[in-house]
Amino acid sequence: MIEAVFVMALGAVVLGAALGYASIKFKVEGDPLVEKIDAILPQTQCGQCGYPGCKPYAQAIAAGSAEINCCPPGGEEGIRKLADLLGREFKELSAEHGVEKAKSVAFIDENLCIGCTLCIQACPVDAIVGAAKQMHTIVATQCTGCELCLPPCPVDCIFMVPVAETVETWKWTYPIFEVKRAA
Amino acid sequence: MLKKLFTFNGGVKPDYHKGESNHLPIAEAPLPAELVIPLHQSIGGVPHPLVHAGDAVKKGQLIGGPDGNVSSAVHASTSGLVKAVEMRLMPHTSGLSAPCVVIDPDGRDEWIEHAPVPWRSMSPGEIRDALRDAGVVGLGGAVFPSHLKVNPGKAGHLDTLVINGAECEPFITCDDMQMRERPEGIVKGAAILRDLTQAKQVLIGIEDNKPEAVAAMQAAVERLKTERIEVVAVPTRYPAGGAKQLIRVLTGIEVPHGKRSTDYGLQCFNTGTAYAVWEALELGRPLISRIVTVAGNVATARNFEVRFGTPMQDVIALCQPRPDSDRVIMGGPMMGYRMPAATVPVVKATNCILVGSKALFPPPPPEMPCIRCGECAKACPVDLQPFEMYWFSKAKIFGKAQEYSLFDCIECGCCAYVCPSRIPLVDYYRYAKSEIWARENEKTAADTARSRYEFRLAREEREKTEKAARLAAKAAETKAKLAAQAAANSDSGNSEKVGAGETAAANPQALIAAALARAQEQKAAAHPENTEQLSPETQTEIVEIEARRAKLREFAKAAQPHEDQ
Ligand code: SF4
Ligand code: SF4
Ligand code: SF4
Ligand code: SF4
Repeated sequence: MIEAVFVMALGAVVLGAALGYASIKFKVEGDPLVEKIDAILPQTQCGQCGYPGCKPYAQAIAAGSAEINCCPPGGEEGIRKLADLLGREFKELSAEHGVEKAKSVAFIDENLCIGCTLCIQACPVDAIVGAAKQMHTIVATQCTGCELCLPPCPVDCIFMVPVAETVETWKWTYPIFEVKRAA
Repeated sequence: MLKKLFTFNGGVKPDYHKGESNHLPIAEAPLPAELVIPLHQSIGGVPHPLVHAGDAVKKGQLIGGPDGNVSSAVHASTSGLVKAVEMRLMPHTSGLSAPCVVIDPDGRDEWIEHAPVPWRSMSPGEIRDALRDAGVVGLGGAVFPSHLKVNPGKAGHLDTLVINGAECEPFITCDDMQMRERPEGIVKGAAILRDLTQAKQVLIGIEDNKPEAVAAMQAAVERLKTERIEVVAVPTRYPAGGAKQLIRVLTGIEVPHGKRSTDYGLQCFNTGTAYAVWEALELGRPLISRIVTVAGNVATARNFEVRFGTPMQDVIALCQPRPDSDRVIMGGPMMGYRMPAATVPVVKATNCILVGSKALFPPPPPEMPCIRCGECAKACPVDLQPFEMYWFSKAKIFGKAQEYSLFDCIECGCCAYVCPSRIPLVDYYRYAKSEIWARENEKTAADTARSRYEFRLAREEREKTEKAARLAAKAAETKAKLAAQAAANSDSGNSEKVGAGETAAANPQALIAAALARAQEQKAAAHPENTEQLSPETQTEIVEIEARRAKLREFAKAAQPHEDQ
């Protein structure tokens, strides 16, 4: 009996030590939960969630201080994925943070641009090319559609253009067939 | 000459309907009133338009330059005037438009100057470029740029080059007719491909329901005395024309899921593609037309040589469609795509224009629940588990569907063909595949945005520290200067000022005072010019200059209305 207890205790001590060692030796850089949440967020970096970017919002969710329904660009699908990941209840997108919109990209009316560089400073992903007193333009493939460049423009020459569907981005629809009335 | 053949699992034997369109020779479709040539006709990048509205073009002239290496050129298919470069309805199920070059034919059908490509003396890279610039793509329907496939692989040579003339899909006979009428071009093309890929042997596989094609091809091989090329009749069973299926039948090699045939020393080209390679290299002609089968609900089904950009309805009209026709399908009944309208142009992928009606293709009976009978798995030529993929696609659990090798599905439709519950299985796979692609694209976009954002944050941080460092260095410099000044002062005798100098260096007030003094000094140095007590010489000079200016102003005024005229 004593031996059995002793063996079990020894086992516990050895395994505990091994686990402790492993947790130090194989320590994961960064917080894996924050990374996982950040991977779901759309990286628009628009700040509509009330945090200065997607990562800070991910940190707040991980810390439990934020709801999962504050990101309009992520939309319903994003909320569902977060709910799945965190085992929380699904919630409708919170209206105070905004509404889900179709993806758009910013467009600068190049005839109006005065080259003030204010939009460049606002763009979180450096998607605007230009220099002082030169016409500016947006690299559409890099633009996340965050709209942060709209307010600083003194001549209101930036507007959002919805991204149109093309033959390459078109998706097959879910196969649902029309329900026919029985004759 | 009995070759040992192998079999692939699964497959079906649908009604072939081939006899309807293969009794008449290939005819040339007439020039249409307007050619609409889409720029994007192959897998890969969208070619850049090289012409503008109003340009005159010749037949075979490059109008779309390839976008990088994974892309293929597009050419004018007749001579005429470019009407517009604009968005037009594409031959695509989506019903969306894409950039097209619209050509008003001048009726002369005049070729641009072209000459055979001296490919035997060219490097493999140059030959690949030549094929890309000739717009040669896979004509079996996948339109994969051929120049990307023309390489001997890692081993430096291929074991077997398969030329695919199986043409297993019902209704379609374009390869059959081409093999009957133009076998020499195909065999010569196969020989070129053999040399380019350093293949040890070339096997031309043809389904045995095309005895005329087999005979014509065999005769051509004998006539041309080409080495290491063999024509093999394979048993007729759908989809024997799938690349991996034909490879399996001819060589017995089973290319595993997720692997490419080149990893096994194998490569496969369609017979039409071999012909196009021959035309491009030996005749110097780019790909501007193809053979298209028109079949289905028409009075006389037939094959036509059709210029790319010809509206499908023009070709259909040549076959007298029956009045109850209600749809146009590009491709065959098993793998084809429904077209949004009959006005869409014929493109490189158009092997068949199938005219449909309710009588010919009755609407499918309602879908019933899957009973897990396993018929679909038995019929699948790729040895997949269609019902599992269906289940996960339907439930939108795409990761699981992918685990069941969804992307190895060739969308052949065998599973849906045999399913007793009449489930449109392929529709579910297409849906799941496009969702997965879209998600992948979204993820890449998000990852790029994240890394760009992080880079920006890092850059801002770096700029901040650099600025702080610069300011600190400047402050230190001023400090040192003041200290040196104070030291100089103390050298001149006043020992009390040493302490004062030191406090001045530390004291911001003293720094400001020093800066003000410097500014005053500069101001004094930049004394405004004397404009009052001028010497007489200077005054006359000024008057002269003013007179010249007045004259110039008058000149300018006189010139202005002149320019406006
Ligand atoms: S609202 Fe969404 S996309 Fe915008 S910063 Fe917050 S998490 Fe990122
Ligand atoms: S260009 Fe404007 S909308 Fe686009 S990412 Fe930059 S700031 Fe946002
Ligand atoms: S054939 Fe149809 S019913 Fe049978 S297992 Fe496959 S999907 Fe289900
Ligand atoms: S469509 Fe796909 S799953 Fe169905 S039989 Fe063909 S390869 Fe197999």
